[in-house]
Formats: sequence, C-alpha cells, structure tokens
Amino acid sequence: MRLEPKSAPPLGVTLLFPVAAIAATLVITSLLVLAAGASPFSVFYLVARGAAGTQFAALETLTRATPLIFTGLAVAVAFRAKLWNIGAEAQLYIGGVVTVVLGTGALPLPSFLLIPIIMLAAMAAGALLLLGPAVLKTRFGVDEVVTTLLLNFIVLLFVSMLLEGPLKDPMGLGWPQSSRVVAEAQLPRIIQGKRLHYGFVIALCAAAIVWVIMKKTVLGYEMRAVGHNAQAASFAGIPVNRVLMKTALLSGGLAALAGFSEVSGLKGNLTLDLSPGYGYSGIVVAMLAMLNPLGVVASAIFVAGIFVGADAMSRTAGVPSYIADVMVATALLTMVTAILMSRFKVRWK
Amino acid sequence: MEQAFEILFTASFWVAAIRIASPLIFATMGELICERAGVLNLGIEGIMTAGAFAGWFTVYAGGDLWSGVLVAALAGAMFGLLHATLTVPLGLSQHVVGIGITLLASSLTYFIYRLALPEVTSPPKIAPFEALAIPGLSSIPVVGPALFNQTPLTYLAFATVAIVAWVLYRTPLGLAIRAAGENPAAVEAQGISVTGIRMGAVMAGSALMAVGGAFLTMSAFNSFFFQMINGRGWICIALVVFGSWRPGKALLGAILFAAFDAYQVRLQQLSGGVVPYQVFLMMPYALSILALILVARRATYPKALMIPYQKGER
Repeated sequence: MRLEPKSAPPLGVTLLFPVAAIAATLVITSLLVLAAGASPFSVFYLVARGAAGTQFAALETLTRATPLIFTGLAVAVAFRAKLWNIGAEAQLYIGGVVTVVLGTGALPLPSFLLIPIIMLAAMAAGALLLLGPAVLKTRFGVDEVVTTLLLNFIVLLFVSMLLEGPLKDPMGLGWPQSSRVVAEAQLPRIIQGKRLHYGFVIALCAAAIVWVIMKKTVLGYEMRAVGHNAQAASFAGIPVNRVLMKTALLSGGLAALAGFSEVSGLKGNLTLDLSPGYGYSGIVVAMLAMLNPLGVVASAIFVAGIFVGADAMSRTAGVPSYIADVMVATALLTMVTAILMSRFKVRWK
Repeated sequence: MEQAFEILFTASFWVAAIRIASPLIFATMGELICERAGVLNLGIEGIMTAGAFAGWFTVYAGGDLWSGVLVAALAGAMFGLLHATLTVPLGLSQHVVGIGITLLASSLTYFIYRLALPEVTSPPKIAPFEALAIPGLSSIPVVGPALFNQTPLTYLAFATVAIVAWVLYRTPLGLAIRAAGENPAAVEAQGISVTGIRMGAVMAGSALMAVGGAFLTMSAFNSFFFQMINGRGWICIALVVFGSWRPGKALLGAILFAAFDAYQVRLQQLSGGVVPYQVFLMMPYALSILALILVARRATYPKALMIPYQKGER
C-alpha cells in the first residue's frame, strides 16, 4: 500500500470529507446504540432535538460551546506550530483560579475595568503555565506531551488544595468551593433569565482575532512554517524557539479564558468540577475544524450539541450518555483519516 | 524524622512498592516495545482503562482469572490494531491518533460498563488473584515478602521484563523491531516488512498495557472504578524515557517510582495533616517531570520514532 499526494481537489470535494467523517461516525455509533437495544434513528433524532430542537436546547448548546471554543482555539494554535499542548485542562483551571482570586472582592473596581483586568491576568497565568513545558521542550528536549499531561494532574491537585485552604468559601458549609465572584466581576447574560452569557461573544471575538493572527500576520506565517518543517524554517532564518514560546503564550492564554468565562459568566465560583474535560474535548474541536480558528466555532457548537443532546436523549431513551464521548472520540479518528484521504490517494499493490 | 527513615526497612513498605510497580511494569514494557519499533503510543491511558474493565468483567461474568487476563490482552491488542492501522500504513499523526484512542477506549469502556450494569451504584466485587508465597524464598526478611509473596501477576510482570529484554536483544525479531525504530530502510532492505513489524509491535505492546490495567482490577483492587488509571499511563511514558528505552533500566525506574509513591503515602500519615495531602499526591507527577528533565539531555530517542515510513523511501 502506498500514499500518493493528490493535486488540490475542488473546494466541494474538500468539504465533502468532513461530512463523510461525520457520516462514518454516525454509522459506527449506531452499532453501539443497537447494542443498547434502542433504534439508532430515534436516538439520533432525540440527540438532535435535545441539542437544537427548542430555544432552551439551542441556548444550552451555545453555552456549552463557549469553553470549547476557547480550548479548541488554544489547541488549534499550538498544534499548527506542532507544539503538542495537551494541557488545556490545567490552563483552564488556572484561569478559573485567577478569576476568583481577583474577582471575589480583592479589587474594588467597576465592571468595565475589573473584567478586562481579570481576563488579562487569567491569560497571563495560563500563558505562563504553558511556557514551562515550552521552555523544557526547547532548552532540554523534554517532550511537551508528557509534561503538559502530567501538569493537568498537578494543577487539579493544586486547585483542590486551594479550595480546601486559602480559597475555601467560609459560607460553603465545608464543601471545597470558592466564594462567589462579586457582581462587578460577572459577565452579564445575553438574554435575561437564560444561561447564555457574554463569554460566548468574547469567544467569537477571540476566534476572529486568532484567525487574523494566523492568516494575516508574520507570527502566523512563522507558526505555520515551524509546524510544517522546523528544520527548514530554522534554515530560512525563522527563530524557531522564539516562535514556539509565542505560540505557547497565545495557546495557554486562550485556554485560561475558558476557565475565566466559566467562572465569571456561568458558575460564579470555582469548584473541582468546573470542567468535565473541556481541555481534552478541545483537541477534538480543533481537529474537526482542521485547525482553522473560524472552523473551531462551528465544530465547538457541533461537539457541544452532541453532549447536550446526548444528556437529553439518555434521560428518555435509556442509552448511557457516555455515547456522546464515544461519538466525539470516533469523530476525531474518522476526521483525521478523512483529512488524509482528501490529500492522498491510497494505492494498493 | 527517624520514623520517616525506618519506613524504608519495613517489609510492608516494600510489599506495597512492588505491588504498585507491577501495573507500571506491564504498561512500561508495552510502551517500550511500541517506541522501539518507532511508534509513540499515547493510547496507553485508555488502553489500560479498557484492560482494567475487560479483565474484571470477564471474571464478574463467570470466567476464571487467567481468562480475564487473556481477554484484557485481546482487548488491548484490538485497540493496538486500530492505533497501528491509522499510524503505520496511513501515517497519521501519532500524537493525535494516540489521544483519540485514549478518549475512545476510556469512553467506550464507561459506555459498556453502564450498559452492562445499568443500576449499579457501588461497583460489584470479584475474587482477585491471591498472593502466592514461594516456599523458602518468601521467608527471607524484607526482600522475601516483597518479591516472593506476591500475586502471580506480579511474577508475570517481572517475567515480562526478562522476555522483552531477551526478544529485543537476543532474537532476529528483536533486531528487526529495534531496527524499525532506528533505520526502517535497512529493515526493508532485508526483505522484512516495516509495516508488519511496527503493527505487530504496537498490538503486542498494547496487549501488555491492557494487562497492566487488568492488574489493578484483578490483583490490586477487586472492582472497576471510573478514572481508576488516573494518569498511570502517562507516567509509564515518562518511565520509558527515564529508562532510555531499555527494559532493565525501565524496570528499575518503575520500582523506584513505585517505592516513592508508597513512601509518600506513609509520609502523609506521619505528617499528621500539617502539610496538605494534595502536596504528597502531586509528588509522583512532579517526580516524573523531574526525571524527564534529568534524563532528557542524554536521552537517545529511537531515531525513527514518530516518523512514518513508506516502502521504497529513504
């Protein structure tokens, strides 16, 4: 078997592959639904209705998509430069920590000053957290996959320590949770009485800004060059290590915004279950978007829809809601295969 | 302070250390085989989860313990086959596929668990492997109970290291595996299929990872919990680097690491709550990072690690 590069296919064909990947995912997960003794058609219908069938469902999907846009952007930026940041989960939690440290009354400022300050501080903390593995990679040759993964565990334990110690809410009846952030530090809701908050708008702006950085700036060009071939980039005079540092700062900062927006916009305080794995799902979101920042928005909404829809379906159809995680993981694998197929011809001989 | 030192000479400490090391030894050997053949297998965390469940469930459903080990190995090999198919002939990013396999294997395991035991709140127990004392040797002080009064799976873990070392360094197959990770073109020149060697190595390695997971449910504990692998797989990847891709050194690394892990639990009890317990729990992960930093400079990665190979290319 051999792979031969294809000449660039027309746009229509390129768009066909992601659709084929999703279709393949549905077929594969249908088998599991059948194993659970339910009908795939009714299950997928229930998932779709649970994700977008009512105004409540659609708003819930967008709310759930918000942190995924941030972590998806973080991963997309890093993977583009082949900096394997698997630690978005840790960066998210650090963003949440900064938000409650500054947002629970430490800074008596009005909203229009306090929120930007918290955002910047959260980004700085997340950026610094990823800078460590990036320095270890460039200076000592330590593989960043393992260090960022291990940091997820360390940071979660660190947060647990804070929530049982200095950040513990005195009114929390002993639960390991932080105090609530003050009203000035809260992102307002987009529609009164609904859960969707302005974090979603910030996420959209972030996607647009990252798109501009990736497509229109020197840094974006350098990141792509480093990701494509670090040796050639170095030979062409691109300071590879410095580009990797900048990539790490941007990626870590974006992931930390997910923690900021969840605390400030949705939950109001920090708990150990702030993220049900948004850092890891961000990898899927970024790959489904083929690392395109604007595509991240669409794929984050898609992935969030699967999770929200599966929750609703699980209650009515009796199929375990873990089917959502299986679908998302399967979609990741079928998608990378589809991307390959769109670029190469497979020759059997 | 004196107490902290005395711990090191108690038999119960070393018994615990060897028990903690056993699943790491299996999984580290599995990862080592994959990487020696040139494939980074980040599916390890998920494959261990699948193995932990498959072994436990086989016994829960009425199979005997050794069938459980076999079923776990088979489940691991199947995920290995999927990983290998995507990364070896298709040459997809080993990082992305590995993470995908971890997500898929663990979520599929949780899905099947819920499907098989819908209403269960506390996980049902099985009768796990029991300690098998080796007559004579097990009565040596400290070393005896630690090395010769363990469950059969621990003995199998040590045997695995010997077998992996023997195959890698003493057989033509081992030469081909090592060459596939260093200079695949040379393997092809011998008329041996690089694709075949790499796929076989990933399947065998993944089977070992799954047995490592099964150790947890069938030998250390007696039931399956969510999140029970809890980063052990990632630590095994660090252990492979720490052992510079050599079975003996990796074994030593696993035992050192496990001894440290057993030690921190005991220190935690001694400290009497002055230091937050999370600090002790962080230590194994921090230690792994530290070990990577210390070793990485002189680490000689298999030269073709993570580089896809196409027939007829140099």
